[in-house]
Amino acid sequence: MYDSLLHVTDKYNLVTAFAFIGVTMWFSYWLSGRFTKGRIHGSAIAILLGLIMAYFSGVFTGGQKGLVDIPLLSGIGLLGGSMLRDFAIVATGFGVNIEELKRAGISGIIALAMGIFSSFFAGVTVAMAFGYTDAVSLTTIGAGAVTYIVGPVTGAALGASSEVMALSIAAGLVKSILVMIATPFVAPMIGLNSPRTAVIFGGLMGTSSGVAAGLAATDPKLVPYGCLTAAFYTALGCLLGPSLLFIIMRAIAG
Amino acid sequence: MIIYGVTLLAVCTLTGITAGKILGTLIGVPANVGGVGIAMILLILAGSYLNKRGLIDVKTEQGVEFWSAIYIPVVVAMAAKQNVMGALTGGPMAITAGITAVICGFALVPMLARIGQNKAEETEKTASRATSA
Repeated sequence: MYDSLLHVTDKYNLVTAFAFIGVTMWFSYWLSGRFTKGRIHGSAIAILLGLIMAYFSGVFTGGQKGLVDIPLLSGIGLLGGSMLRDFAIVATGFGVNIEELKRAGISGIIALAMGIFSSFFAGVTVAMAFGYTDAVSLTTIGAGAVTYIVGPVTGAALGASSEVMALSIAAGLVKSILVMIATPFVAPMIGLNSPRTAVIFGGLMGTSSGVAAGLAATDPKLVPYGCLTAAFYTALGCLLGPSLLFIIMRAIAG
Repeated sequence: MIIYGVTLLAVCTLTGITAGKILGTLIGVPANVGGVGIAMILLILAGSYLNKRGLIDVKTEQGVEFWSAIYIPVVVAMAAKQNVMGALTGGPMAITAGITAVICGFALVPMLARIGQNKAEETEKTASRATSA
């Protein structure tokens, strides 16, 4: 019985994922309407549910890929993978207003630079507080606070220990997950409500999954603006991490 | 036809991602340099060009809009495949570092929004003046 079910969900994995995610969305919107009167957006609840399910899947299977580690739900990996994610993000660009984008251009570039530097030095300060003193470890952990891709890329280039690399990835994961969850709640406080602020937000946070999910739960219209700047963040971080940022840290930490 | 819209989207995505990959190789970075961003700009430009020439009909638009609408479910699936346990078992240092970085980012949004605000308002005024005239 289980075998034949597994056979079907394995062969039709993407279809299974559509059904599973669809039901999750329906349940989230129902919770949103029933218990919060729509104040907490249904998509925010759905993203949170996704993360909670990923956590428990990690606890029970011991894997690193959330629900994807459950054989019945392997299609989630395809639906939430980089191919369909990028395809869908690009599609949201269809509704972008070119004038809005031009108006935000310069602020977006400043935000990118400020975002990488502020995240990096936030990470470095915390690493120092926890007793790290060598430039390589400090740079790697700081780079992890930029994104969980910049961390290991920088660490590998500088020859950091695998323990420090794992910490830097964890710091980046915490950042991206926190951005997903917190953005819809913080948005009204920081005036995140226009295409221009969304471009700035994307440049400051930079974690593409965090920005994409955070903005989707805040206001889907803002998604393309934030993702546009966020698209350049990880690459710029990978460029600056092992070079400029390491040189700065070597000068400070020796 | 709906497939024309999907094809336009696919061609823009592939071109953008490829350009980002090539750009990454050229500057020696093991990452895609703005591939998604380049793809979006291509789609925006191609869309407005084809629209002006009247080459996009409602059906073609639906081919892109479907994917734009499927975006939130894709993000939910993406959330469901994160290594949440890995993030939480990374220890207090990793968690504090992540939280601090996010707080800095949130705090900087209103600050940066203020920079260039006047300029943005000016363009807005000229834009509204132009439309009212």
